[in-house]
This record gives sequence, C-alpha cells and structure tokens, in this order.
Amino acid sequence: MGFVLDGKACSAQQGDTVLTAILTQATRLRESEFGGAPRAGFCLMGACQDCWVQTEDGQRLRACSTLIDDGMRLRTKVGT
Amino acid sequence: MTSKRFVIVGAGPAGMRAAEQLVAAGERPVVIDEAPLHGGQIYRQPPPQFNRDRSDLYGFEAKKASAVLDRFEALRPQIDYRPHTLVWQIESNALQLLHAGRSETLPFDALILATGATDRVLPFPGWTLPGVYTLGAAQIALKFQACLIGPRVVFAGTGPLLYLVAWQYASHGGQVAAVLDNAPFGTKLMATPKMLARPSVAAKGAYFLARLRMAGVSIHNGVSLIRAEGKARVESLTWRASGVTHTTPCDAIGSGHGLRSETQLADLAGCAFDYNALEQSWLPTRDATGRSSVRGVYLAGDGAAVLGADAAELSGARAALAALEDFVKPTSMGLASQLERESGAHLRFREGMETAFALPKRWAAEAPDDLIVCRCEEITAGELRACVKTTGTREMNRLKALTRIGMGRCQGRMCAPAASRLLADAAGCELKDVGRLRGQAPVKPLPIHLMRDVVDSGFVPLEERDD
Repeated sequence: MGFVLDGKACSAQQGDTVLTAILTQATRLRESEFGGAPRAGFCLMGACQDCWVQTEDGQRLRACSTLIDDGMRLRTKVGT
Repeated sequence: MTSKRFVIVGAGPAGMRAAEQLVAAGERPVVIDEAPLHGGQIYRQPPPQFNRDRSDLYGFEAKKASAVLDRFEALRPQIDYRPHTLVWQIESNALQLLHAGRSETLPFDALILATGATDRVLPFPGWTLPGVYTLGAAQIALKFQACLIGPRVVFAGTGPLLYLVAWQYASHGGQVAAVLDNAPFGTKLMATPKMLARPSVAAKGAYFLARLRMAGVSIHNGVSLIRAEGKARVESLTWRASGVTHTTPCDAIGSGHGLRSETQLADLAGCAFDYNALEQSWLPTRDATGRSSVRGVYLAGDGAAVLGADAAELSGARAALAALEDFVKPTSMGLASQLERESGAHLRFREGMETAFALPKRWAAEAPDDLIVCRCEEITAGELRACVKTTGTREMNRLKALTRIGMGRCQGRMCAPAASRLLADAAGCELKDVGRLRGQAPVKPLPIHLMRDVVDSGFVPLEERDD
C-alpha cells in the first residue's frame, strides 16, 4: 500500500496500523504540544492517547488503532 | 428472549463469556467493543490479512484462546455485536456510543462492564522518548502487528508480563538486552506458597525464567531505574542494583508494574468504590456474583479487579447469571456457585503475585523533581510536590484542579498510579487517603463536531466541559 509521510512517498503492508506504517519509516509520530519533544506512542491499546497524528488536511487519527489506507497523506510535524 | 436489553461492554475473556451465558439463556445481548476484533488485549487477534497461526500468537494459551474466540465467533448471529465502538458516557441507564464518527444513545436494563486493564506504570526519567513503551504495548506489537518495538530491547519494571514478554521477544528474533526487575529476588520465594494455588501458571513463569537464563539473557532483581537517554529515540537505560550503577545500550524499552483496572465507566455508571489494599487502588465495589452497588450494573474481568484471563472468564459468566437472575428468572445456582468457588484460587494466586512482584516502596520518595509524570501535558513530579507544599492539598481531584494532572487526553490512565503515590508521599499520608480521580465524560477524546452537537443538546454538564 502506498501512503505519503511528510511529503515523501512510502509503502506499508495491508493490515499495518498507521503507527506501524509510520514507525517503519521514521522514529517519531508527532511532537509534544508542550515541550516539543518527539513522541512515538506508548500503550498501543488506545488508552494513553499519545499517538494522535494528523493528516495533511488536518484530520486527527489515533495511530495505534487506525489501519493504514492506500493513499493516506500523513504528517509528523504540524505545519509541514 | 425477554424484552430486557442486556449490554456488555468489552469483548475480552469476561465479555465473551458473559455473552455466551446470556445467549444460552435465550437472550440477544448487545456487545460493544472498541477493538475491531473480539479477544480483548490478552487474546488480541491480528488483522485478517496477516494470516498467523494461533499457537504462535498465544503460546501455551493457544488452545484456551482458540476455544473462547471460536465460541464467540459462532455466537455472532445471536448477538448484536458492535466492534470499533467507544462508550464515552453513561447516564440515566443509557450509554453514549461513538462509532464511525457518529454518536448514538443506547438504553439498557442490565449492563455488564468488562472493560479490562492497562499497564500500571511507575515512570522513570526519559520514559517519553520514542522507543519506550509499556510491556502490554510490546506484546501487542508482536501479537497484533508481527513487529518488535526495537531490535535490542530492555524489559524493566516488575510483574509476570516482564518475563513473559521478554521470552516472547527472545523467541521471535528479538535481542533482549536485559530484564530488570524492581522487585528483589527474595519476594518470589516468599510468594511461592500462594502461587502454588495455580501450579500450572507458576510452572509457566518458572519456564520463561529458565529459558531466558538458558538464552544468556542478563536478568537482575532489586533494580532501580535511573534514566533512559537518547536523541531521536532511546539509546540507553541507566539503572542501579546492589549499589552499582550500570548503563545498558538499547533501541527500545518495555516497562510496566503489573496492571491497573479500567474503571472509568463504572464510575460514570455511579458505582461505589472501595480501596483495595492488594491492588493498591480504588476499585468499584462488587460482591462475589459480580453485582455492583448500582442495580442493573455488573462488573467482570480485569476491569473490576486484576485477576487474569481465566478468572475473567469465570467472572464474566457469573455476572451474566446474576443479570439473568435479576431481570429474567432465577438461574442454576449449581453453576453459579461453581464459578464462584473456582474464582477463589485466582485470588490466592493474585496475592502471591503481588508479593512476588512487589512495587518499589521508595519509588515516590526517589522520583526526581524533573521527572515528567503526565505524558499528555508534561507536568513534573516537582510541580506536584510544590503544589502540595504551597496549598497543603491531600486529595487527588484537588491536585488535578490545581496542576491539571490527570486532565489531559489520557484522563489519568497513565499518570494516576504515579501521581497518587507522589501526592501521598509529599503529603505524608497513606495512598488510600489521597482518594482517586473521578471519571469524567468523555472518557476518551471525541471529534470536536460531535462535542459541539452534544454540548448544544445540553448533554454534557457545564463543569465537565473543560476538555
């Protein structure tokens, strides 16, 4: 499956979560709104809410519990 | 089938068994689950595209897992199964659901809460770095996604999962850099008599430990975690044991200190809570049948008290019998008392586990001021201590109002065990006396358009609109 991460074309396996798809390509999912440090999720079971990522059009997805979809356009940095 | 509506929240071992019991009595329960597939966390199923073997997924538990998963699958035509659905509020005998971006109100007569548990985390500096996950997360990566959290992993904390997950990684191509148990080795010997309440489980634990040792994995007891460090992601963990400080290079850390029950929905349903000294936390009150303090609300599985998957199956079935008895007709008391009797061994075993994997007693006293306690909003141990010092607060909800601890996106799921211990330590009182964070709706983030709709409808009380 093809998806776009921070403007770059990437590929993922069908059945990968958004978290798995991104972390196969990068070390982070997002930056903390408070200290700006990188974050990459924590509980993987929808409890900690630390893995919310944004699509290019500003929609928010919980990366650990959303499966990657063909053509998704995701960003790890707000404003890129 | 009666006209009564039975609703089960959670499709793990407790929820699946409750559904079975209700269907056997001729009812058609609604089963709501946040996950896309039934099984809960313990029997989490990979996406269908992955096509993986159950003996590889569930190890020793494969036969048991297959049995309960297949039986639930067979029930599907006889239940109203709603996966991918979040319950975000309970009020006036109705659930507020979120599914595919839409909210729905579901009234109920009997509600069985089988909400499960998450890792109980006592954080250490650096725990927010990419590559640091809970032990549960490390296991989910493997079971659900066929991934490791990193090629070279340190497992740290305490609890039975520490050794189980370490062995699962070692046997699936992972390099286990170290297993660091906060509990001293002596506690495991002290716990042996109670652990023998379930000899086969105790034997499995001994097996994982032996296999890890045979594989040459470095295992240490009585460890204090000092700091995880790294730039883009974690690169090392520094720890101390027997007065000596070590730094272990790694690409990932799996950490946890046992499990904590997911009790927010019971709270919203109005259930009374009691302090449970064994679990060191406030839990919804229930009797041996699973009845809560609220008529029509039943509690089962790890969400009521952490006793593990086998006990969850028993308590799920028992709670369903109680609900049937209250709303339909008296049930077979033979089965009910058998389920209660079998649960006894699980409680004794759990007491042994809490001794074997004792939480570090001095964790709160030793946590540095710059430790981030709240991952959501980066509130530090120092800020919590300063608040206690300047305001004299001794209560969790007061601490929340003053510092925002527990007010972020996770609603205290990740920080509450740590924050309550820091508060008790700083205020010089017992953990029990600082109370517990009250559950607030919505229990998990909702899309803003949905919030606007419900606020417009007046559903969310004004004082709860903060987040």
